[in-house]
Amino acid sequence: METRQRHRERVLLGKVPWLLAAPALLALLFLILPLLGLLIRAPWPDAWQVITDDQAVQALRLSLITATVSMLIAMVLGVPLAWLLARSGLPGLGVLRALITVPLVLPPVVGGVALFTILGRSGLLGRPLFELTGFAFPFTPYAVVLAQVFVALPYLVLSVEGALRTADSRYEEAAATLGARPMTVFSRVTLPLIGPGVAAGAVLAWARALGEFGATITFAGNFPGTTRTMPLEVYLALETDPGAALMLSVLLLAVSVLVLVLLRDRWVNRW
Amino acid sequence: MTRRPHERPDAGLAARICLQRGALRVDLELAVLAGEVVALVGPNGAGKSTVLRALAGLLPLQQGRTMLGSMIMDDVDAGIREPSHRRPVGVVFQDYLLFPHLSVLDNVAFGPRATGASRHDAREKARQALRRVGAAELSTLRPGRISGGQAQRVALARALATDPQLLLLDEPLAALDARTRLMVRGELRRHLADFAGATLVITHDPVDAAVLADRLVVIESGSVVQTGTPTEVARRPRTEYVARLVGLNLMTGTGHGHRVDVAGGGVVHVAAHSEGEMYVAFRPAAVSLFTKRPEGSPRNLWQGRISGLEPHGEGVRVEIGALHLGASILAEVTQAAVADLGLRPGSTVWAGVKASDVEVYPR
Repeated sequence: METRQRHRERVLLGKVPWLLAAPALLALLFLILPLLGLLIRAPWPDAWQVITDDQAVQALRLSLITATVSMLIAMVLGVPLAWLLARSGLPGLGVLRALITVPLVLPPVVGGVALFTILGRSGLLGRPLFELTGFAFPFTPYAVVLAQVFVALPYLVLSVEGALRTADSRYEEAAATLGARPMTVFSRVTLPLIGPGVAAGAVLAWARALGEFGATITFAGNFPGTTRTMPLEVYLALETDPGAALMLSVLLLAVSVLVLVLLRDRWVNRW
Repeated sequence: MTRRPHERPDAGLAARICLQRGALRVDLELAVLAGEVVALVGPNGAGKSTVLRALAGLLPLQQGRTMLGSMIMDDVDAGIREPSHRRPVGVVFQDYLLFPHLSVLDNVAFGPRATGASRHDAREKARQALRRVGAAELSTLRPGRISGGQAQRVALARALATDPQLLLLDEPLAALDARTRLMVRGELRRHLADFAGATLVITHDPVDAAVLADRLVVIESGSVVQTGTPTEVARRPRTEYVARLVGLNLMTGTGHGHRVDVAGGGVVHVAAHSEGEMYVAFRPAAVSLFTKRPEGSPRNLWQGRISGLEPHGEGVRVEIGALHLGASILAEVTQAAVADLGLRPGSTVWAGVKASDVEVYPR
């Protein structure tokens, strides 16, 4: 049975038209070759020295902490927003959804500038905040988190909204007939049912936050230890020590892949 | 109709439901006494599920009012619409909709827990409910690991664990295979008989309806076309759909003593005296078939052409058209008779029915 299936698959593969096969293969190479290049050209003998360098450790620590905090904030804010989009049936949701996708297509640098106009020291909200408390976001780790949430939130919202749309809403109706109030339905039925979707969205948001560069450097600046995240560190290193930049890139790649694999096993396929 | 001892007319469901769903306009009245089991029967698209969803509070009414005991669930004129979670209504959905992420026990405990019971009390209540339906041993399993028949029992336990006053069952046996269905049907009948509240079962299966319900309400295109006990409905169908459902030949006509002039142009002789607008109905098994005009013939004898044959239970159903009746009729004969008479599509036959085998009743 199984061998027959295999045989059929191979026959089907043999019939893939080259007009599709050629660009597909090209795309695959295009995605994989640069990663291979990274691994091949990285100065492996210097690996330990580069990775344990104070600045690199600081940058990695800041990146991991801010990306995780950003992911959590994105989940707390994004899941309810996704629910609103998918379930509330309010008017004007189409416009709202379009607005949410804007940060997705916006160049991150522009996002950073936009954040400045609102939350900068002389921004619309930033100035009263500064006058009242003496606190301003720019050039602090909080600004790093804000920049990351700004770019990562849409990924989470769209991913969770998709999960909500494909989830069978009749389970929610069944819960309501059992006497569950809307909030109970959400926490005890909806959320567990879309768990894999939320996990996928969270991983996407985390990865997007970890890689954030443009909005961070514009809005949060580039101070070692407070706002210089790994991508910024890599970029700077590229000008002074290309070998170190390669090694740091490999490190960032390894961390992302590791987290992705761990989360997949833990969160997805729960039942 | 005999009334069960615990039937309480004051505690049941009284509803008038009007709403538009696409091309379908539902407009009907429905009453179910506490302790009574009513089957809502009708073809696909008749509005059965719409009625169920409206009663469960999942669909708003456009007009009408629903009361359960002294509680007003909907009253469009007064602007009242209780949300689903505040209605004392339990629902067993067609594919059961057991929460896949919860164990069987927690599925059943969900209702009590959601309505304020402590975790411990809710689980205790769930255990009792599961024991009552004979599913206690399934407690720790996930719904994905149990069979259809077991899921049916768990869904029933889950609905009953909230102590509803109205129990709604949407095609409770449709998801089961034939063998399981037979067993579960008998079980379900017992559980429904024990339930003190009002029960409304939606089904398109006449056997399910007859076994489970005290009374049938037949709806077509959103309106009630017939109500009565299963026996009454089976003996005296009032629409083509019901006649087909219970497997009877049905015609309408005008009675003149012992003859009824059928709407299609023929005549049916009947034993009972009839006058005015009448239905005539007879069982396919009461029809005898002959290849030649028989002698000492029954009172009703029509010549026609066989338009179809299909196996039905032990015997064969023969559809005969082109009679002088303006309608085709069904006859039920044995396999042997089909062979002996050489019956096949296109054969010309004589169909005879004794007048005493024809049921006649006013429209």
